Amino acid sequence: MPREVLDDGAAAPGHGPERNGVAEHPQQVADSSAVEAGLDALDTPPSGSGGRRNLVRAVVSPIVAIILTVILWQVLWSLALWPEFQLPAPQDVWAQIWKVVRNGDVWEFLWVSVHRAVIGFLISVAVATPLGLVLAKVPLIRAAFGPLISGLQSLPSVAWVPAAVLWFGLTDGAIYTVVLLGAVPSIASGLVSGIDQIPPILPRVGKVLGAGRLDSARYILLPAALPGYLAGLKQGWAFSWRSLMAAELIATSPQLGFGLGQYLHNGMQLSDMSMVLAGIFLIFLVGVGIELAVFRPLERTVLRARGLTGAV
Amino acid sequence: MTATLEATETAVRLDGVRKTFGSGTRAVTALDGIDLRVAPGEFVCLLGASGCGKTTVLNLIAGLDAPTSGEIELSTTRPAVMFQEAALMPWLTAARNVELPLRLARVGKSQREARTRELLDLVRLGDVGNKRPHELSGGMRQRVALARALASALDGNRGEAASLLLMDEPFSALDAITRDVLQGELLRVWQATGTAVVFVTHDVREAVRLGQRVVLLSSKPGRVVQEWDVDGLTGSDELDAVDRINARLREVISSHAA
Repeated sequence: MPREVLDDGAAAPGHGPERNGVAEHPQQVADSSAVEAGLDALDTPPSGSGGRRNLVRAVVSPIVAIILTVILWQVLWSLALWPEFQLPAPQDVWAQIWKVVRNGDVWEFLWVSVHRAVIGFLISVAVATPLGLVLAKVPLIRAAFGPLISGLQSLPSVAWVPAAVLWFGLTDGAIYTVVLLGAVPSIASGLVSGIDQIPPILPRVGKVLGAGRLDSARYILLPAALPGYLAGLKQGWAFSWRSLMAAELIATSPQLGFGLGQYLHNGMQLSDMSMVLAGIFLIFLVGVGIELAVFRPLERTVLRARGLTGAV
Repeated sequence: MTATLEATETAVRLDGVRKTFGSGTRAVTALDGIDLRVAPGEFVCLLGASGCGKTTVLNLIAGLDAPTSGEIELSTTRPAVMFQEAALMPWLTAARNVELPLRLARVGKSQREARTRELLDLVRLGDVGNKRPHELSGGMRQRVALARALASALDGNRGEAASLLLMDEPFSALDAITRDVLQGELLRVWQATGTAVVFVTHDVREAVRLGQRVVLLSSKPGRVVQEWDVDGLTGSDELDAVDRINARLREVISSHAA
């Protein structure tokens, strides 16, 4: 091992020469920038890759799970443990779905239900966002209405269906009321918790960088609260869809159009289990489809950009 | 009261600044009559043990808090401030973080981009501008924070008044090697920009290495105990200064034992 004898003074690193007025030795400048570049290279966290294996895992494994479920179902059916009207064969349910797809009815159900859910969700976002901001930023309002909002969140929105029908009759208004009462509280509390979780240093930094109240909300608070807000939106969509199905299932009437809920309702009236299961399957498909097509990629992009990679 | 100085012979002036937290019998006096003057372009280190209110002094100068009594005058309307954490906005790239104060000051786009590039080059991070904070090391994050602070200061007053950089233990969360390199880096940036610096630290060696003047504060309540001129000390002189200041600091801390 090479050893060097240090005389006193020379041992203290990096003092002296770079002082005020004294020119830095050119050798030393090159040195320190090289050390710095080396440190940067050593300390920089490795950026993770291996996306291909993740993709295989994300796509293939749920498909395998679905196939296994169908096989289990087929086995249970072939054992004939239950009568046909309680457990129909997988191919009967498939035939039922194929029937509505072929005669085009499925597009009507989907259109009626999905456009209602989307409109209801958008109205909920428009109502819940200012509500969440006020709840998060005004302590008095939060103390007064905070418990009410979290209480509403745990109230099953199907409980509002009778009230909504009595208020609005069998109209779209009744259905939107139920959807809003389901989705608004969860979106608003998502935004509130998003704002609560902002590290207090960030608004302080905003202040020293010269941000006023409005600039601080626009450039710091809202972007910082985005992950929590997105989680609230995702849950809000799930609540909209659920509430809508509950409303459609209970409040059926010709002037309300024919949505997935009514299809399910008809299956029950006809005691046609394959139709009921087909309805459930379609409702499930829409819920999962929107989550996978809209919210998952959005959430992923936002979390990735902030280095919060636990999210798949 | 924070006011802007007309004449520019001082960058910072504190006169009899007192700060009390709470009220009535539970009131705690954090600062008890602090007088401090910092000349334009001067590098002053505030040194003290924990609880001496050095961070409070910095917050008062930065305008994040108001003094209970006394006067604070600055030559600039907006000093640059750096904290112990880099506190970069995690959703913005390094370059966007540096650009943020310029955006807040409504600087035009092309000017913003040019200034951002210039500042990133100054802290030797010109080629990582489009990385996000989580992709950078702790030392690189602190350098981005330094560039961002400089952007807010130099452009906050359009380069007219002498600028001021306030730093609250900015390197204390870094490992020893990185800290050593960043101290050299800070001296280089200070010389390149000619800004006045008020640097808070509890590390005597750091204070002597960086500062032209070291100001020792006592704890609970904070008062100025002693000042040392440590400009241009090298070799054994520098080590002597560290020893002397260390001895005085220990004395001040020991007085709290009883």
